[in-house]
Amino acid sequence: MLRYVAVRLVTLLVSLVLAAVVVFVVLRLLPGDSAGTTLGVGTTTDQLDQLRSELGTDQSSLAQLGDWAGALLTGDLGTSFVSRLPVGELITSKLPITVPLSLAAFVLSVLVSVPLGVVAAVKRRGVVGVAVSAVSQLGVAVPVFWVGVLLVWIFALRLGVLPPGGFPRQGWDDPAAAVRSLVLPVVTVSIAMSSVMVRYVRSATLDVLDQDYVRTARSLGYGRWQALARHGLRNGAVPVVAILGIELATSLLGAVVIENVFALPGLGTLLLDSVTGRDLPVVQALVLAITAVVLVVNFGVDLLQRAIDPRLRLGSTLGAAGGSR
Amino acid sequence: MTDQLDSPRGPLSTAAPSADAPGSAPDASAAAPRRATARRLRSPSFVVGASMVAVVVLVGLVAFFWTPYTIGTRGTGERLGGPSADFWLGTDKLGRDVLSQLMAGATNAVVVAVCSVAIAAVLGITLGVLAASTTRWVDVAVLNVVDLMIAFPTLLLAMLIVTVRGASLSSVIAAIGISGAAVIARITRINASRVLREDYVVAAAASGTGWWGTVRRHVLPNVAPTLLVQLMLLAGAAILAEASLSYLGLGPRPPYASWGRMLNEAQATISAAPLAAILPGLLIAWTVLGLNLLGDGIRERSDPSLRGDR
Repeated sequence: MLRYVAVRLVTLLVSLVLAAVVVFVVLRLLPGDSAGTTLGVGTTTDQLDQLRSELGTDQSSLAQLGDWAGALLTGDLGTSFVSRLPVGELITSKLPITVPLSLAAFVLSVLVSVPLGVVAAVKRRGVVGVAVSAVSQLGVAVPVFWVGVLLVWIFALRLGVLPPGGFPRQGWDDPAAAVRSLVLPVVTVSIAMSSVMVRYVRSATLDVLDQDYVRTARSLGYGRWQALARHGLRNGAVPVVAILGIELATSLLGAVVIENVFALPGLGTLLLDSVTGRDLPVVQALVLAITAVVLVVNFGVDLLQRAIDPRLRLGSTLGAAGGSR
Repeated sequence: MTDQLDSPRGPLSTAAPSADAPGSAPDASAAAPRRATARRLRSPSFVVGASMVAVVVLVGLVAFFWTPYTIGTRGTGERLGGPSADFWLGTDKLGRDVLSQLMAGATNAVVVAVCSVAIAAVLGITLGVLAASTTRWVDVAVLNVVDLMIAFPTLLLAMLIVTVRGASLSSVIAAIGISGAAVIARITRINASRVLREDYVVAAAASGTGWWGTVRRHVLPNVAPTLLVQLMLLAGAAILAEASLSYLGLGPRPPYASWGRMLNEAQATISAAPLAAILPGLLIAWTVLGLNLLGDGIRERSDPSLRGDR
């Protein structure tokens, strides 16, 4: 196990470095002059040269990569072109909105989808099972931001029970207002997420229910639920944990889109503003930060799965992607 | 397998680290009772899904040549007008005909789905087959790159590309196509290496069939049904991704119509003209649902394990 953790940790670090290089390459080496596109038409050569030297794009790509990597290692994420603020500071100032939003959406989705998915599997031919499948089929096809727009229309504009968007200026110093402004965004992200999760929980439970050990348990006199609780939970948990991990990362991305629907000044709004304003240091840092979160969550999921299922610990240290038959 | 991939996020289900877990191998053998159900249903998902998609494709084709009003930046009707004899579904805040824009949005959706799925298929299948059938070194390299690409969210890749190239249809298609290629490569690799270990393939190789002959005659036909299902799901995911990006203002620019951008523009005036905000979302959901159902249907019809049952 320790050896596995070490190997996975190295893979994680290599992936992070590779991701950083990819982000860098895409942003700097794709055809197109970022200085030119930042300033737009009608700028003088002097202005261009000045910006290029600020961006560092007048140096060789390798030197730029070295500079950036060096700064990253010391925790320096650079300075925003637009606001002239340190990127690290900009990002931390947005966390109090994005982190609660995505975590609350994730927790709510788990609370809704795990019980629903299990019930839908156990009663797969009943009314509940069919209804859950149908609703989740619809839920995954519907665009998240549209759900947000409709919820604002119904609950904020027509019923007037919740704010249509924005975040209180005092932030969390006004907890009631802060929570109220996050209710609709959280529900919106959760609707999309739990639709996906319910399907995975249902199919994981169905797989377990079809297993011989559950049949044996039932032949020994256990009820369906008892057999599932005794033998199914741990087995069903392995694929479900994987999906929860992916969804935890997705909730962060869902927040990126949804913050723009509800005009919440979080990471997602910052990212979009930086993309449209071509604020390279901010885009670079944010994309890398989000990717890092995804990779770290995947790492955690791997370890958790091994903790749950001892059989996984017997396999090869570096599981080849499937095909291990 | 039936339920393992039972999701529009189907491609992602293999991205789950659990795909190779012994307890959850996407194996058809565990699905015996459900298999029987699927056969009895005669795949209504296929019929319903195909019809839903056909409507969108048809409208998209018609709108490519003709829409009731020209798609422009300036409208011809009154602003935020309700449905009328001239404008069946009303007009938006610039006085543009909502119906014409919705129709042109269908063209956009079809273009996005077809182009990004084509990129994903060509790149992904090539990489996947190469990884499965050539040296171990290529396999490891491809797998690592693909894993990293899968961990890298489509939305972020699109944002990176848009930052450099500017918002455009081709940026969006490139981002979705490349992300999709990673998923397709992974699925091709898993399925192709399974086929390559079959006795008949080994026998074919022993009797002198070359690499290309094996790939063409045995590998591709055998992985095709699974891939077709994934490509359908990918098409749905592509339409959703394009809609999100266009909603955020990172998609194709006006006058090119897009359902996502229509939604963005109609959001502020939803109280005055709800139809312009409701309809694009409904159409996105309709199209994606149709593609997902079609994917389910193709799987039920062509899965060898379903067919081989009796």
